[in-house]
Amino acid sequence: MATATKKSPTKKKAPVRAKRHMSVTDSMPSKIVAKDVHVFYADNEAIKGVDVNIPEKAVTAFIGPSGCGKSTFLRAINRMNDTIDICRMTGLIELDGQDIYDPAIDPVQLRAQVGMVFQKPNPFPKSIYDNVAYGPKIHGLTSSKSDLDDLVEWALQRAGLWDEVKDRMDQPGTGLSGGQQQRLCIARAVAVQPTVILMDEPCSALDPIATDRIEDLIHELRENFTLVIVTHSMAQAERVSQKTCYFHLGHLVEQGDTKQIFKNPQDERTRDYIFGRIG
Amino acid sequence: MTDFVALSKHHTSEAAAKQLRRRRFAEWRLKAYGVLAIFLSGLALVTLLWTVIGNATGVVREHYVTLPVALPADEIDPDNMIAADFGGIAKTALRSHFPHVTGRKEKRALNDVISSGAAFELREEVVKDNSLIGQRIEYRFLASDVTDLYLKGEYGAMDLQPSLGALEIQEADEKGYVFGGDPQLFAPALPLIQAELLKRAARLDQLAMQEANGVRVFEERLLEATEETRAEIEGQITARRAKMEKAIADAQAFRAAATQDRYVGEMDEFFPSLFIKAKGGWAKITEITETGGKAAFVKPVEVTGALAEGDYQFFMNARGEVTRKIKDNHVIWVEDLRADGRIDSNFNWRFFTAGDSREPEQAGIWGALVGSALTMLVTFFLAFPVGVLSAIYLEEFAPRNRLTDFVEVNINNLAAVPSIVFGLLGLSVFLGVFGVPRSAPLAGGIVLALMSLPTIIIASRAAIRAVPPSIRDAALGLGASRLQTSFHHVLPLAMPGILTGSIIAMAQALGETAPLIMIGMVAFIVDIPDGIFDSASVLPVQVFRWADLPERAFEARTAAAIVVLLVFLVLMNALAVFLRKRFERRW
Repeated sequence: MATATKKSPTKKKAPVRAKRHMSVTDSMPSKIVAKDVHVFYADNEAIKGVDVNIPEKAVTAFIGPSGCGKSTFLRAINRMNDTIDICRMTGLIELDGQDIYDPAIDPVQLRAQVGMVFQKPNPFPKSIYDNVAYGPKIHGLTSSKSDLDDLVEWALQRAGLWDEVKDRMDQPGTGLSGGQQQRLCIARAVAVQPTVILMDEPCSALDPIATDRIEDLIHELRENFTLVIVTHSMAQAERVSQKTCYFHLGHLVEQGDTKQIFKNPQDERTRDYIFGRIG
Repeated sequence: MTDFVALSKHHTSEAAAKQLRRRRFAEWRLKAYGVLAIFLSGLALVTLLWTVIGNATGVVREHYVTLPVALPADEIDPDNMIAADFGGIAKTALRSHFPHVTGRKEKRALNDVISSGAAFELREEVVKDNSLIGQRIEYRFLASDVTDLYLKGEYGAMDLQPSLGALEIQEADEKGYVFGGDPQLFAPALPLIQAELLKRAARLDQLAMQEANGVRVFEERLLEATEETRAEIEGQITARRAKMEKAIADAQAFRAAATQDRYVGEMDEFFPSLFIKAKGGWAKITEITETGGKAAFVKPVEVTGALAEGDYQFFMNARGEVTRKIKDNHVIWVEDLRADGRIDSNFNWRFFTAGDSREPEQAGIWGALVGSALTMLVTFFLAFPVGVLSAIYLEEFAPRNRLTDFVEVNINNLAAVPSIVFGLLGLSVFLGVFGVPRSAPLAGGIVLALMSLPTIIIASRAAIRAVPPSIRDAALGLGASRLQTSFHHVLPLAMPGILTGSIIAMAQALGETAPLIMIGMVAFIVDIPDGIFDSASVLPVQVFRWADLPERAFEARTAAAIVVLLVFLVLMNALAVFLRKRFERRW
């Protein structure tokens, strides 16, 4: 089980400081602040000291080649790494100024605040309604059946799925198309009414039209939620995000306003990646 | 298969063609092995079912003998029914129906026509209806196992043979008569008689060889004999040689007799039984003479003079008296009862409603079936929750460390422990220390639960592990606790696999005998168990016990018990399939 300790690892290397731009996103209020985060899988250090601010009510994109630790860092934000026995973590991650790895924190409550959408659509093998209603039910968000119905409808509308499924709410969620399933998963995450939604390559299994719908959705969700998205598509990062972080071999190499990063990357590795020389 | 024509030159070489042929043959061969394997296993299954069901058909019907029975008021006290001798009343009913049966031995044999338990049923009848006392009623007695088997044709049948011409009764007394008649009368029995003669000749050949061997041994000893022993050894040689020569001569005589177109001589119990039925009386042929034969009465009747062709019937039972449990006089009594319309049969409900009995005709499977059902209930309610919860804990919650590794290794090893060891454990711990009642379904259930636990845990763990991790991630990502994730999502998805594993474990437990022997479930228990604390037997133990009993009628009951066990199993599996279908979901 991952344990959060404030102590730095024994063999401390000089931290690789990310190159920073003067930027718009830095002046926005931070929702999540990470300081010197290291994540280990057994003896293998997957994240090697990451410091990052994630601005509130904006979209932050994590980009980088495969195996660079974007997903691992994303999962550290809602403590999903806790479920992996061999995973350990050091450093500090704060959500609204509170240390989320504080032993007093209940990860279940944290995850109610920080929702997650996964790479592969993974609806429960239950009805569409039950998929969306499950989160509110276990957290006791509604007191009556009609409230729950309203919440489910609201969440499905937020996810832009309501019109397509309103007549077949009792059919299995697994019977929907891939894009619909992913929007159902977003609706499911939204229904819990978190403040942050983490998305781990949400469009990688989808075709361009479904991807487009999800991207529109991300734009809309930005009004109410803080979004963090891991993506392999640089075009997507450019389209949807305000802030971009480039990860490379466990280091956060560069972070800054998306426009600046894509126009004028400071680090050579970022430049190579963005301009298609590697990856 | 036709070859693809547009092949490049690389693929048309001799080596490529050879490789192709080899590959196709390998595929064909594998398919052939598969078909053969399925065919063989199917054949084995069909053979098994054929034999078992074939043997079990003997249980389908049971026979009854209706006899007039007097219920004298002075012998039956309605207030003290236990004291009344209903066994005597039943015997009296039989004897008054067959007044010609006189000898002590014969009388005892007569009692075997009806079941010894029939008297108890008569008592119950009278207890139910006191007004019967003092009356003379027609009562349906349950036939004994031997009678029942004879009526089902297990001991050969009385075949009516063609009667040829008149029989001349030459001499007659109360024991039997001597008759003259057409020697061809006995022609149907001739092949059987000849076969028996040849068998005797073969036996004598063997004896002659033994004696010849003895002669040789003594001749060798004679070479080293002293004066004193010489006389004795010579005597031995002479005696043995005489025996040998007699055996050879007798064998030759039997062989010669077997080649004749008719047989003259005594008809002992090894030969087929031949009967003459005349004027309501029965006589068995004891000797065949040149001119006719001698017959001994089984049921005496006064006969004199000539019996015209229509006046008598000639019967043969192809099986000699020694080869069957039912003796000739018993056969005649049953045949007389049948001729009077006093024998009937009905579907054997008794087998499905009665408990065990020492008398095969009264023995039923219901006691063992109830015992098995109760034992299975105990097993299920102990093993299933414990097994599934253990599996969930080990898969979803337990940390991976040396302790859990140790537990895992032990669970896997327990699955391979011989079941009788669990019986020993049950005997010493549950019966010895905790005082669980002996022979009770509770004790059996606990022991079988221990036995099935490893199987259930292993199967459940495999089923839980097969649930995609994405489902767990989805639930955890929504803020469900690990408990909620396990019980709301993982367990329902794993349920079909868990049920399959559990049902395999239960089926194994259902067929288990060895551990139950240790905790006393092999006892002879007549009563149907009322609950899990009552003494009980179970189906496989019942099969095991019946298979051990000498009565022929238990053979069919054993097979029928196996059929019941198989049906029980099939029903249990059907329930599992049904539950599986209900729980099954796609993801």
